[in-house]
Formats: sequence, structure tokens, C-alpha cells
Amino acid sequence: MVDDLAARFEHTVASEARIEPRDWMPDGYRRTLIRQIAQHAHSEIIGMQPEGNWISRAPSLRRKAILLAKVQDEAGHGLYLYAATETLGADRGELTEKLIDGKQKYSSIFNYPTLTFADMGVIGWLVDGAAICNQVPLCRTSYGPYARAMIRICKEESFHQRQGYELLMTMMRGTQAQRDMVQDAVDRWWWPSLMMFGPPDEESSNTEQSMAWRIKRNTNDELRQKYVDMSMPQAAKLGVTFPDPELKWNPERGHHDFGQPDWEEFWQVVGGHGPCNSQRVAHRRKAHEDGAWVREAAAAHAAKARRSQEGVA
Amino acid sequence: MSFDNAYEALIDQEDAHWAFGTGFSAPLEGVDREVPTSVDAKDLVAYCLMLGDDSLILSQRLAAWCSRAPELEEDIALANIALDLLGQARLLLTRAGEVEGEGRDEDALAYLRDEREFRNVHLAEIDCGPGPGGDFATTIVRLLVFSSWKVAQFSRLRGSADPVLAAVAAKGLKELAYHRDHAAQWAVRLGDGTEESHRRMVAAVDRVWPFVDELFHANAVESRLAGVAVDPSELRSEVDGVLDAVFEAAGLTRPGPIPTAFVAGQAGRDGVHTEAMGFLVAEMQHLHRSLPGAVW
Amino acid sequence: MSTSWPLWEVFVRGKRGLNHVHVGSLHAPDAEMAVRNARDVYTRRNEGVSIWVVPAEAITASSPDEKDPFFEPSGDKVYRHPTFYAIPEDVPHL
Repeated sequence: MVDDLAARFEHTVASEARIEPRDWMPDGYRRTLIRQIAQHAHSEIIGMQPEGNWISRAPSLRRKAILLAKVQDEAGHGLYLYAATETLGADRGELTEKLIDGKQKYSSIFNYPTLTFADMGVIGWLVDGAAICNQVPLCRTSYGPYARAMIRICKEESFHQRQGYELLMTMMRGTQAQRDMVQDAVDRWWWPSLMMFGPPDEESSNTEQSMAWRIKRNTNDELRQKYVDMSMPQAAKLGVTFPDPELKWNPERGHHDFGQPDWEEFWQVVGGHGPCNSQRVAHRRKAHEDGAWVREAAAAHAAKARRSQEGVA
Repeated sequence: MSFDNAYEALIDQEDAHWAFGTGFSAPLEGVDREVPTSVDAKDLVAYCLMLGDDSLILSQRLAAWCSRAPELEEDIALANIALDLLGQARLLLTRAGEVEGEGRDEDALAYLRDEREFRNVHLAEIDCGPGPGGDFATTIVRLLVFSSWKVAQFSRLRGSADPVLAAVAAKGLKELAYHRDHAAQWAVRLGDGTEESHRRMVAAVDRVWPFVDELFHANAVESRLAGVAVDPSELRSEVDGVLDAVFEAAGLTRPGPIPTAFVAGQAGRDGVHTEAMGFLVAEMQHLHRSLPGAVW
Repeated sequence: MSTSWPLWEVFVRGKRGLNHVHVGSLHAPDAEMAVRNARDVYTRRNEGVSIWVVPAEAITASSPDEKDPFFEPSGDKVYRHPTFYAIPEDVPHL
């Protein structure tokens, strides 16, 4: 019986059809998906903080509106993704507890600080750009609810990336101080953005099975190369440089050669020792704990209302 | 959908209208922007600043909840309300600048006026949380009072002799009614929910109420602008009626008016603020002011 | 500690003449808050004219076959849309 189910599952995945919530699926597939989607959801929610840091100080009302709308979108993305995990039997509240207890991870990029307003532009351009490279293939990931959430998210991300690039273009047309600010932000975010694709393929443990299950569609190194190739002409157009002396076009490969990020730093940040790890988690924990009485009150009111309705009926 | 190139895949959508819609219309497109001849331009500028600053400053306060709300759904809701208010503020400050005729745009007015030139009521500026200044209950009570008052004000402002103010009011009224509804829904849940939530709501009402009386006090500018401005003293019974209904459903008692002394007869509408305002303005303006001549 | 609100499924009518379509889910303490949250979460780009919310536990399903939602662009918060940002045509892939 399980063999039949397993065969049907394998066939569905291999034929590029979608697995849906009530389909039979291997336990490992379910576990891997919950972990991957939750980690993605946590990243969206923690990712609100570095940009949220500048909402109150945004230098024009238009930029303030854009930034607030963008950070709000990230809450929405987290929400869609948590909902996708819930179709697999997870619970948002429990996942949040795992996040604030440090039992589940989120993208390390958000453990870097946002030091100037140019960071808002560079996060949109490079960080969201890298996220788009990672995420667009997931729009056809094998699990239906995840794929659908990703389609919606990718559409909204394209707004994020464009607003970032447009902010940087505007700043580059401004004063020298603004141009310096942009280059400084690019210098700080370039290497962390390359790290967003994960460790080199030969060190990445989860890739093979996830590729077979069509949960993951490209290897880390493939996506990193694609991202570098796409970013180079955009940087040239903007008038900024990337802080990598090895970065140059290789006509034989038809791709750019580039240097390796500092993987030791990467593992340090992943291990909880980045510049902002404890701050980010403490912020999320405080919001969750401060909100407990509100969630309890609303649940209590709903229970009272139900009881009084049943009493009448 | 092509997946060879991540960006092409975003553009190559069958439902291309989704994210790439065109034909956006400016919110006040087609509205007559002439200043009515019967109006004193200086007074109209001051009145636009009063209304615009109310929205701007409360938006600034509400945006502080972003990433700090009790649940994700509420984070999104509060951001929506802050965005609505910011949108109103931009239209109103733009109107103030164009009537003034000295080339000041929304950003010059938001970022380059000093604290004493802001004309918002104190209720908009007080710190109601997140953080030590308040909590979610205080934020909800302030929003309930503010939006109930604004709904009453904007519903009358739709008939203003200034066509721009009338148009801003017509657009903003729908938003404000939603804000009021959102706050009322929460007030009922928190007032009725648990002992703790009830206690916090009672404390929130105590905290907010001293700032309510100012809302119904007519400033000289408002009095001179008959036909253009709304007389705030007319709004009290309508607002009280709304608040009574919500408070009753929430199991709370609405305090009577708490008359609060002004400073030598002056309050927010005259540019005399609470101590919290200076910090709010400093934070909001810091970056804009520290890079003169920058473009954003 | 974890007092999760119940899960609701959200259905949006994209425009007049169309059926309500499932767009996702959310948490809310009760139906009134659920429909308001749905407005804020799923129609903040004006993607709908009517919203239904249904307690997830009230749904009886035969097959999980579902279609993607249909959305309309917003007429107001124009900064939410990529085309609001003028990017020169010769910037690749943006």
C-alpha cells in the first residue's frame, strides 16, 4: 500500500505536477519542507527589522511610504509562508517559539546592521535581487502551497528590487556625500549577498535529496554564478564597483569569475555570532511576548461570544 | 514562465496586469486647485498644516509598531493605517505649500520646520507605545479617539469651500472610517477579553483622556475660516456618541471631559507641544537635515 | 504560552462577474477580525471587491485541486507596483 502511494508520489513529482496538502508524502519530504519553508518565513519576519530601522528617519515622505509598504510586504510574505507550513501540519505559534528559542534558523544576511539610508537601496537591489534568484525557481517547487506562496512573493519582490535600484540611482545623481554613501553600502553588502546562496555545493549537505524531490531546483553555486552575472552590468550602469579584485568577465566560460566570500565569517554568523544575531532574536521575542496578553484577550472574547451564542441557540 | 533568467521569469507572466498595472491616477486628479477668492491664504495654509500634521505625526507614531505588533495580521493592519495617514499628510502638506506660494513642497514642510511650527494636536504626538510610553491598549484607545474625531471632522470637511480640502476629506473619510472600525473592534475585544486586558484598557483611557479636550477647542484660524474649516466645537456630541457605543460594548466607562490647561492659552494648534514632540521631530528630520542639498 | 488563534481560509472576488477564489489563509480570533485581516493581508493592492472567510476546520474536502488566485492592480498605492520606479531601459534584468 505504502509502495503504491510512494510510487504515485514519485511519479507526481517526476512529472512536474504538484503535491497538494492531503496527498500522501514521505515523512522526510514533509519534515524537509516544514524546515525549509519555516526558515524562509522566519527570514521574512526577521528581515523586517534591518529595514524597519530606517522607517522613522526616512529622508522624504515618499521614501517613508515606500519603505513602510515594503516592510509590511515582508510581514505578508512571512504570513503566506507560515500558512504554507500549516498545510503540512505545523503551527505558526510553535514555529515562532522555535525561532525565538534559537532552534530554527533564518537567513544570515539579516544579522548585518543597516548603517545608512543607502542600505535601504542596496538591500532592495542586492539582497532582494539575490532572494529573487533563489526564489523564482521555487515558484515551480513540487509542493503546491509553497509554489503558490512563492509566486505571490516573487511578484511583490520585483517591486522591492526596483525601488531599491531606483533609490540608488537617485542618490548617485545627488551629492558626492550620497554617492560615497552608496558605494560604502555596496562594499558592506556585496559579500553577505553572495553568502545568501549558501555554502559551496561540495559543502552543502541537503542539496541532493532536495533536488530529487524538486523542493530545490538549482544548486547554490549555479544560482550564485547567475546572480553575479546579472549584477555586474547593473553595477556598471549605476556607477558603483564590487569589492572583489578577482571579479572579471571570462570569455571562455561565458561567465564572470569571482572571489569567494569569507566562509569563516559566514559560519560564525550562522552559528549565532554575527553582528546583530542576538539583537534580532531579542526584538522578535519581545514583540511575541509583549503581544501574548493581546492574543489571549482576543481568544477569550471570542470564546465568550461563542458561549453566549450557543446559550441563546 | 521562463526560468533561465530569474528576472525574465518575473516579467513573463500571463497575468501581467498583476504587478505591472498601468494607468495609475493621482489621488486628486481633476480637482480644481485655485484658492477660493474669499479665503485668507495665510489662514488656509495654517489650517492645511494643522490637518496635515495631525496625520503625519500619528502616522510616525503608528509606524513604530512595524515588526512589533502582537500578531503578524495586526502588524500589517497597523502599517496600512499608518500608510493611509501618511498619504493624507502628503496631500495636505502639498496643499499648504502651494497655497503659500513660496516653493515649499511636502518634504520642506515635513523636514525643515522646527518643532514649534508643527500644528498637530497633542493626541497625535504622545507616545502610546510600543515601548515604555504605552502598550497596544493605549495605542488602540488613542486611535479610537483620534479616528472618531477625524471621521466627524472629515465628513464635514467634504463640504469645504476649498476644493482640495473637500477632495482630500472625501478620500480620507473612507480610510478613517476603517481605522475607527479597526480600533473599535479591538477596544471591544480588549475591554471584554481578560482581566489583564481590561485593566490595561482602563489604564489606557486614563492615559489618553487628558488629551481629548483639546480636540474640541477651536483655534482662531479655524474660527476665521468659516465655510472652509470645520469648527471643532461642533464635533463633540457626535464623537461622544460613537465612543459611548464602543465603550458600552467594551464594558468600559467613558470619562467626562478632563479640561487641561493650555500654556498661556496655547496648545498644539499654536505650536506649543508636549515634551515628547521634540524627540519625535528630531528623529524624523535628522537624516534629511544632515545632508543639505541631497536628493531622495 | 502559545495561544494561537484559529486558522481561516480566505476567498476573494477579484472583480464583479467573477467567482470568489481561494487566495490563502490567516489567523484571527473570530470571523469579524478574520474578514478585516483578510482585507489588510490579501487585498492591500486592491485585488478584490468582496471577501469570504471560512474557518479552516469547517471545510470538507474531496480533492486538493486548487487554482491560483486572480488579482487586479491597485489604483492608489502606486509605490507598491514595480512600474512606479523609473529604471532606464538599458539596465538589464530589472
